[in-house]
Amino acid sequence: MGTLRKKGTLTIVVMAALAILPPILLWSGQAFYLDLATRLVILAIAAVSLNLILGYGGMASFGHAAFIGIGAYAVGIPVYHNTYGEFEIIASYSGLFQIALAVGISALFALITGMICLRTKGVYFIMITMAFAQMVFYLFVSLDIYGGDDGLVIDIRSELPLVNLDSPLQLYLLAYGSLVVAMLIVRTITRSQFGMVLQGAKGNNERVVTLGYNTYAYRLTAYVISGAMAGYAGALLGNFTTFISPEMMGWTRSGELMFMVILGGAATTIGPVLGSLVFIVIEEVFSSFTIYWHLPFGIMLIIIVLYVRGGLVGLITGGKKKRGK
Amino acid sequence: MDTTLLFIQTLNGIQLGLLLFLVASGLTLVFGILDFVNLAHGSLYMIGAFVAASLTFVTGNFLIAMILALPVTAAVGYVIERTIIRSLYERDHLDQVLGTFGLILVIDTLAHLIWGPEGIAVPLPDWLNGQVELFTGVVVPTYRLLIIATGLAVAAGLFWLVNYTRLGMLIRAGASNRTMVSALGIDIQMLFALVFALGAVLAGLAGMLVAPITEAAIGMGGDIIITAFVVIIIGGIGSMKGAFIAALIVGLIDTLGRSFLDDLFKLVMSTEAAESSAPAVSAMLVYILMALVLAFKPSGLFPPKVR
Amino acid sequence: MNKTFSAALAATLIAGLSGTAFAQTKEVKIGYVTTLTTGGAAIGKPMETAVNLAVEHMGGKMGDFDIKVIFGDDGFKPETGKQVTDKLVKQDNVDFVAGYIWSNVLLASRKSVLDAGKFLISSNAGPSPVAGKLCNENFFSTSWQNDQNPMAMGEVLNQRGVKSLYVMSPNYAAGKNMVTGLERTFKGEILGKDFTKWPGQLDFSAELAKAKASGAEAIFVFYPGKAGGAFVQQYQQAGLKGVMDLYTVFTIDAVSLPRFQKANFEGVLGSFQTMFWSPDMDNEQNKRFVASYKEKTGQYPPHYAAQAYDTMYLIKSAVEASGGDLKNMDAMRAAMKSASFPSVRGEFTYGNNNMPIQNFYLREVVKDDDGDWTTKIVSTVFEKHQDPYAAECPLK
Repeated sequence: MGTLRKKGTLTIVVMAALAILPPILLWSGQAFYLDLATRLVILAIAAVSLNLILGYGGMASFGHAAFIGIGAYAVGIPVYHNTYGEFEIIASYSGLFQIALAVGISALFALITGMICLRTKGVYFIMITMAFAQMVFYLFVSLDIYGGDDGLVIDIRSELPLVNLDSPLQLYLLAYGSLVVAMLIVRTITRSQFGMVLQGAKGNNERVVTLGYNTYAYRLTAYVISGAMAGYAGALLGNFTTFISPEMMGWTRSGELMFMVILGGAATTIGPVLGSLVFIVIEEVFSSFTIYWHLPFGIMLIIIVLYVRGGLVGLITGGKKKRGK
Repeated sequence: MDTTLLFIQTLNGIQLGLLLFLVASGLTLVFGILDFVNLAHGSLYMIGAFVAASLTFVTGNFLIAMILALPVTAAVGYVIERTIIRSLYERDHLDQVLGTFGLILVIDTLAHLIWGPEGIAVPLPDWLNGQVELFTGVVVPTYRLLIIATGLAVAAGLFWLVNYTRLGMLIRAGASNRTMVSALGIDIQMLFALVFALGAVLAGLAGMLVAPITEAAIGMGGDIIITAFVVIIIGGIGSMKGAFIAALIVGLIDTLGRSFLDDLFKLVMSTEAAESSAPAVSAMLVYILMALVLAFKPSGLFPPKVR
Repeated sequence: MNKTFSAALAATLIAGLSGTAFAQTKEVKIGYVTTLTTGGAAIGKPMETAVNLAVEHMGGKMGDFDIKVIFGDDGFKPETGKQVTDKLVKQDNVDFVAGYIWSNVLLASRKSVLDAGKFLISSNAGPSPVAGKLCNENFFSTSWQNDQNPMAMGEVLNQRGVKSLYVMSPNYAAGKNMVTGLERTFKGEILGKDFTKWPGQLDFSAELAKAKASGAEAIFVFYPGKAGGAFVQQYQQAGLKGVMDLYTVFTIDAVSLPRFQKANFEGVLGSFQTMFWSPDMDNEQNKRFVASYKEKTGQYPPHYAAQAYDTMYLIKSAVEASGGDLKNMDAMRAAMKSASFPSVRGEFTYGNNNMPIQNFYLREVVKDDDGDWTTKIVSTVFEKHQDPYAAECPLK
């Protein structure tokens, strides 16, 4: 399959497979695999958003799961109040309202924390993003009304025009469409002048600053866009699982998202999607064989980090992209 | 507020802080000198606990088991460094985070396979199992005092090692200028392996010390590693002094938060709400502190002078 | 160089196809969700053993049906628990879903099972909503509602004239229910309460210092699984034995006793707890269960195992009443509701909310004739006790 050596072809093949396979699996009576694909595609949206800052912007956020959590609770909390009363202002079943809330609050959270995080560099950045995520984690743990540690069951899915989220296939198609849009957004951004500055700042910040660009503002903007997209993914995830808990924003979840991006290939269009796909499929396959699946999974992780440079995209297209210090 | 209780809780906080310091000191050594992010540092802490626990039943005495377990954890650290870690030195931090994340999964599962899921309860010798009355009304478990003493002794030892020995000189030199150390003709690979093994021993020691309190258990490393990272970030990566001070601050905040926050909360909210939100908020305090420190000092409280 | 990619695709396809191969013989499929990894596996493992033991004792058959049990690991997390439940329902298309140690996992998963119109049987967790407002005709329990054991303990404390108490419990659904239960019956004063982080926190130095400073006569705790061991150890180290008596529920049991015995923590001998069952109960079903379990593992079964064993016999009674058609939900439901299967706890009945109405006993930790540590029933605290949420359940 020498044609796959072109990244564009690879992108089309993967996206086509994701468009065709899950509905076929559903019609052949494999409802569970549609579920798997839905989770995969939703996490891929989050991974694509992380790729914007991690891959293209060099900002390794170790707290990206916080946005997913915020997005999910932005669905769960309005539903909760619309069902059980109190806080009339945010009580609603409307999906448009919930999604606006998810995106808005995620963006706001990204703006506030980003202003502080982006003052730091390297490992300090990794750790301070993790610290803010942990704060949100413990905030929701402490909110007894929404179940605290035990989580919250979403009784009613978001009500949206045209789509019925109670239908697994429609939910999948919405998630898939959203993924395509997310990929297009990131692609457009990275090919614009804005994206050039962002990538330039990753390579050599001083030089871009000397050219007269306020790189801090550029990076903050990218951080906010990325956070908002992950918040949207969270809203979808809440609707998909109909159960949300602080666990969704734990640091291991953020680590998994980073892994998906690196595994697939950072700073490529299809990389994060491919990474999520392989991650979810392998997790599913390994865990169905043995409860000790973390062992082969961990070994695989180490091997990939040690030997596969440039992620799966690099491996498949034969790219020799190296990531040094 | 009851001053006796405040005193005891301060002591508890210091004890927790010193345990954290043991874990964080190894982490900051490895991080500062090897420029290596070791998420699996917590797994070495767990290995220390399990090895000491197993040896306690072999030797019949916890203290002897501890002394035997220290070289074992050093050996485990050395082997891990030689086989996996070494190949990751030249990679960026992200690869190191992911590689050692994989290592956590491997070590945790292996521990589950070797020791089973139940964990091991570790009995203490009778003289350690009692209490000491420091002065009237202040009675503390003897074993907690032993942890404090050990923690302080190790801190003093590390201070001496880093500031007054040849190895320490190399370590300080390596932290600020790696090329120069190699230029001096030092076997830098050996130095790195030694430092990593030393880090493993420190983490293992902390695990051994905590085992008679919480039992040796699967996953215990994951609970402490993030806090240890917070400590070294607050203190400034590579700074032993920073790790020590930050560990004590974090230990005190956590303990005092757990002790008095719910009473404080009851002043402004219902008893029920206060009881259930106080533990989470006290856990949050540590992260708030870290964010505050980094907002004003983006390289921590005591960043090493030359990086 | 695209092997990895093709392999991944192939794996998806193979995994998809393997599910389509359906069984040739008549089979009853039971999905059993418990904790098989993390420290929580200390509880999940005995349950798994008991389920397999029950299948063995049934000769692998329920009526005409071959038994197929598919275990799912919840990884000690509600989210993972829900995911494996979804898989059991949608992919494996099981007839019954059972198990569930943790209240929060059960609450997260219940909708997936019940919305699919399948039976859900809790082998342990008994959070208040499933007994009250969220009760369901297809949900049954072989354990208890969370409030009940601590209610019995509160009664014991009254009988013993305990006037003041300090309370510690983990901060999650069951932990809160346990404290509520205690407060329902305990007539003395509660001088302080601590809800600790769950499952992360295992060092209780700060809380024990507070407890001691409160001057309470006794301390009541609920720390299931490995946290129980950590608590008891620190209670002893703090020198509270003889100062504040220790009363527990689900903290000192056959999961932790072998570890205590090995480490020779004699302090737990003679301590008291309340429970609906004990290995020394004198009935045929229990004798057989305890003897076989001990033979298999060399240890006494914990109550978790007893509940799991009962779960399988409850399902068996349903399958046998189905008349060979596992779609015959009404017949199976009626059979389970009658609680006519041989239970290791002896006879009991089901309330309107399908929670057991049963006796609660005071148990003491003792050495058996071989010197092994176990529990023995001392007295009956409640007879035919029904949980306090039954009235909130609209079922008849």
